[in-house]
Amino acid sequence: MKSPAMTHIISAGLILTSALSILIASAAPQFAIAGPAPPPPTTTPPSGSIYALKVPLTDHRGRVFTLDAMRGKPALITMFYSGCQFVCPRIIEALRKTESSLPLNIRNRVPVLMVSFDVKHDTPDALKAMATARHLDDAIWTLARSDERNTRKLAALLDIQYRELPSGDFNHTSVLILLDAEGRIVGRTLVIGEADPAFVKLVAKQMAATTQ
Amino acid sequence: MTPRSPPRQARAVVSGLLALCIGGAVSAVARAADYVSIAAGEFASVLASDAQVKPSSAATFAMRTTPVTNREFLEFVNRNPDWARGRVSRVFADTQYLSHWQLARDLGDATLAHQPVTRVSWFAAQAFCEAERPGGRLPSWLEWERVAAADATHTDARANPAWRAEILSWYGTASSVILASVGGTANAYGIQNMHGLIWEWVDDFNALLVAADSRSQGDPDKLQFCGAGAISLKDRDNYAVLMRIALLSSLKAVDTTRHLGFRCVIPVSKGPK
Repeated sequence: MKSPAMTHIISAGLILTSALSILIASAAPQFAIAGPAPPPPTTTPPSGSIYALKVPLTDHRGRVFTLDAMRGKPALITMFYSGCQFVCPRIIEALRKTESSLPLNIRNRVPVLMVSFDVKHDTPDALKAMATARHLDDAIWTLARSDERNTRKLAALLDIQYRELPSGDFNHTSVLILLDAEGRIVGRTLVIGEADPAFVKLVAKQMAATTQ
Repeated sequence: MTPRSPPRQARAVVSGLLALCIGGAVSAVARAADYVSIAAGEFASVLASDAQVKPSSAATFAMRTTPVTNREFLEFVNRNPDWARGRVSRVFADTQYLSHWQLARDLGDATLAHQPVTRVSWFAAQAFCEAERPGGRLPSWLEWERVAAADATHTDARANPAWRAEILSWYGTASSVILASVGGTANAYGIQNMHGLIWEWVDDFNALLVAADSRSQGDPDKLQFCGAGAISLKDRDNYAVLMRIALLSSLKAVDTTRHLGFRCVIPVSKGPK
């Protein structure tokens, strides 16, 4: 066995954080959990829905909800941590560019849920600071945290691997996941830093199927 | 890489008979599982990313002395029908979940009762542990590895070639369809069946990020790590333990296999025996 190769794969993309943040400013409020909490769905989610797992979450606005509050619209979900300097900004870039690559009528309207691995440091305040620093529009972006047990379960559900390092950093799978309106995983991409055209198509298709 | 029946059939038979004597007549109420306290202590894991800094210290916990059996898991399913085969959500277990039972709520074959339950997903194993005792969960890899390092007389027998050879012989023994019953010789911690019977889930199985180039299969692009990259392994001669990591790192939480079972741990503050 050789010494393990760094698998930290960074393609040579440009990071355009500040420029792109301006572009998403006009999104209409579409996020299912924005505003007053909707009544809980009366039916149980279908088999194959990750909403079968009631993951307790607290978001950057201090709101407490469970994962299935996302139900009713397609959504993008990923996991990250705010102390991540290199890969996680590129995850946000990929999400921004995915949103802005969609057809006009659904552009910047797909709810995004990012759940932190770092239950020690990513308090609602820390998440709020990150949302502000990155100009993430409240209308579609939700940065959230859970407790240690449920974070592990959510990652297992999403087939995301992560490991805390002694330095406080995390190794983790970087993946964007598309859920349909019922919480079934219908797409995933490992492309970060830019939009994955095939993934954008999938998102558009799901939104078209749901938004009449 | 199929787990094999243990070389020590005789011990297993004795313990199986013992278990039958204790638990055989009980149907409605199960005999409570034994948990043994494992005192906090430092331990040099084979996971180098932890060990390079300092020996990993595991807080005190209590571990189930034996893996969970089919009968125990059936009792759990009877109390929690959402975990029955056929009812469980597909996001929590694959299609082979408990497929060796005759019916969703009937083992069928009486010899299964005291064998370790297998074909259980990580989610199902977690749910069992949470239901069995307050604070119950699967052991972390470090907790499991530490207890598994013991032989009958030493808490850390990993440097002993005989210990390694014995474990490796299990991996290499001819496959047996019938698993032995749980029980048998306890290790220095008082824990049984850490080797030689089944593979076991751990709580943080999805934290075992083995570098893509050392995985035997799968898409090398599957893992893109933030931070310092994948775990590396020290003590590479310790195949007996590395085999476990290789298997666990390849699993998804819904996966089930004929030789993959589990045991639980609980926090000690809850007053284990």
